[in-house]
Formats: sequence, structure tokens, C-alpha cells
Amino acid sequence: MSFVIELHDIGVDAGSMSILRGVDLEVGPGEILGLFGPNGAGKTTLLRLVATLVRPSAGTGSVLGTDLSSQQRYAIRRRIGMIGHVPGLYPELTLGENLEFAARVAGVSRDEVGSALAAVGLAGVIDREAGVSSHGMQRRAEFARELMIDRDLLLLDEPHSALDQDAVELVNALVKKIAAEGGAVILVSHDRERVARIADRTVELTEGTLE
Amino acid sequence: MNAGFRSQVAAVVERDLRRERRRGDVVWVTIPFGAMALFLLPLAIGVDTQLLQRIGPGMYWVVVMLFGVLVSVGRASIETGAQRDAVSLLGLDPAAAYVGRSMSAAGLLLVYEIVVGVVAVVLYNIEVIGFPWLVLTLVITAVGLGLLGSLAASLVSSSSAGSALVPLLVAPLSVPLLLGATQVYEGLRLGRSILPWMLLMVVVMLVTAIVGVGTARPLQET
Repeated sequence: MSFVIELHDIGVDAGSMSILRGVDLEVGPGEILGLFGPNGAGKTTLLRLVATLVRPSAGTGSVLGTDLSSQQRYAIRRRIGMIGHVPGLYPELTLGENLEFAARVAGVSRDEVGSALAAVGLAGVIDREAGVSSHGMQRRAEFARELMIDRDLLLLDEPHSALDQDAVELVNALVKKIAAEGGAVILVSHDRERVARIADRTVELTEGTLE
Repeated sequence: MNAGFRSQVAAVVERDLRRERRRGDVVWVTIPFGAMALFLLPLAIGVDTQLLQRIGPGMYWVVVMLFGVLVSVGRASIETGAQRDAVSLLGLDPAAAYVGRSMSAAGLLLVYEIVVGVVAVVLYNIEVIGFPWLVLTLVITAVGLGLLGSLAASLVSSSSAGSALVPLLVAPLSVPLLLGATQVYEGLRLGRSILPWMLLMVVVMLVTAIVGVGTARPLQET
């Protein structure tokens, strides 16, 4: 079986500080993994490592069949979606313009923007600037972006925070859709109960080490 | 499948210009400050019209360089970590991002140069000679400053240094552009050859573009 994520004895250092130590993790196609841990445990760093945005200081690993230390890792970024707890939208642009920009860069037709926003219930506020939209709306728009781009791996940091019940259902539907299509999903959350309901398994990260 | 290089550049340019239109940093801050600097200088040195006419072109280019650096730096330093991550995961080629940022900065700088230029011509009674060459000089300076500012901002964002360092990096690097631009006007005024100075500016622009594109990926990944 080829894994979507395969990490062996991975370490990540920031200066003299060790953020992740001896992390071993395998996530298969179609799997939804819940990742828990206290603040400062290294959850966000682990997500950024899997997204190829952070290089490992030790160990070996591959994501979507590509070595994390190789130059080819840039080529798979387009297949990885990530929504962090801080919105990555441009506040001066409207929600529609933010998605239009994403579509143009990712090579997706602009026609997809309207339907993606409609799918997350934002059709009526397409012309609203992201900076004056609520946190929940911004998160919905980010989910719309992930819907629009065909991702094989989705990394979500506190996916249910700031969302109403309808939006939570939308997020769960997106997660299940990606998993059903053979992709993998990691959900980082403090809401164990909610994540445990959709995750296939859960792991705990404590002081940079997976348990 | 990612969009092509040109399409990504166009997307970045459009994004930056839209952001500027809403923020208004250049229109409402940099242009008025540049014009104000040109207005204050005669007050400082007195109303000697001949002196003002003689130093006017030089003062104009100094103001363009100093405030122009802020334009290109401002464009590059208004991206948060979350925005950078999101853009990376869209598959944006860092070289396309660099070229796009530089082009949008160059466009804004050109507007800035034209508006401040009109102020300089009126205030200092500068004679406009060799119009096509002056236009070409404005364009090369805008592009050169845009490329330099974006490169400096990439350098700073890849290190732990603050964005306040960017002007300190760009100011010395823009000296050849300043020298070239002032000497082109002097050459036109005195009927001397301006080609060596034009060449100097073009070389600076091309070298910066090559370095910026070549280092875009390593700087992003640092």
C-alpha cells in the first residue's frame, strides 16, 4: 500500500528549539486523521511540514509520493490544501476576487468561483471585502477555494471554529468527499468529540512527539 | 494543472493593483508626500528661480528615488504568513510572483513619477526637452525601482530582519538609476550623448531582473 503521508523519525528545529522530534506517521488514501494536542505541541508545524512549507531537520518522509527533501516537493503543492486558524485571504479584496485570484493562479476556470461560493452559502456576499466579512465567512470562503481546486490532501487547523452548524456540515461534507475520492485529510482540533465523529483514527501530539 | 507563467504574473499584477486601489497608499500617502517634499525645498533654499531651475531635475529624481523605494517596498511587505502559505499551495511560481509584484510596483511608480513630475515642472520651471527620451527614462526607472524593491523585500522576508531594512538595501542599489536618470536629462539639455547612461540603467534593470527571478525560489524557501 502506498501512503499519502509517510513520515519516519521526523524532526523539525527552529533555531536551538526542537519543535518536532521522532515523528512517525502514515496516512493512507481515503483516510481522515484527527490530530489533537495542547497549545505549543507542534501541531501547526506538523501540518506545515506535511504541506511541504517546512523542511525536516531530521528523518525522512514523503507526501503524495514525493520526498519531502527533494526539489520536486514544490510540484505537489498545488495538490495540497491547507486552512490555518488565521485566514489567508487578502482583506482588501472581495471574497469573489480572492477566489478569482486563486483560480487564476491554480489554473482553474473563473467560472468555478461563483459555484464554489454558492456551495458554501456565500453567493449573496461575493462582492463583500474579506476584511469586513466575519471570521466564519472568511473560513467558508477558504473552504470554497479548496472545493474549487482539486486537492488530494487537505490539512485543516481547527476547521470547525467560528462556524455555525450549517457550515460545520459543509466542512464535514468536503472532508468526506476528498476521502471518498482517495485523498487524505488531517484535522487538527481541540474539539475531540466533533473530530472523532468523522475521523477514521486520532493521534495525540505532545511536546513535539506523536503518541 | 497550474496556470502558465504569464497567466500567474497577470493574476499577481491584478491582485496588487486591486489591493492598492482599496488601500490607496500610493495615491493618498506617497504622492502627496513626494509633492510636499518638492514644495518644501524652495522654502528651505529661498526663491532663487535660476538656482531652482538648475537643481530642479536633480531634486525631482532624488524625491522619486526616496519615495519610490517606499512604493515598491510597501507592495511587497503587506503579505502575511497565512497569505504566503495559501499562495504557495496554489502552486504560484515564486519567479512569477516576483515579476508580478515588480510590474505592479513599476506601474504605480510610473503614476507617481508622472504626478510628481508635473509638480516639479510647475514649481521649478523645468524645461521639458527630449520628451521621448524622458518618457523612456521614467519607464526604465520605474521598472528598475520596482524590481529592486521587490528583490529587497524578498531578501528581508526570507531573513529575520524587519521590513524597515528594505529602504536601506534599496537606496544604495538605486544609485546607478539615480545617476543615469539625472545624467540623461543633463545630456539632453547640453546636447551630449545619453546612450552610456541609458545603457547603465538598462543593465541595472536587467541584472536586477535576472537576480530576482533566479533567487525567487531559494528566497521563498529559506
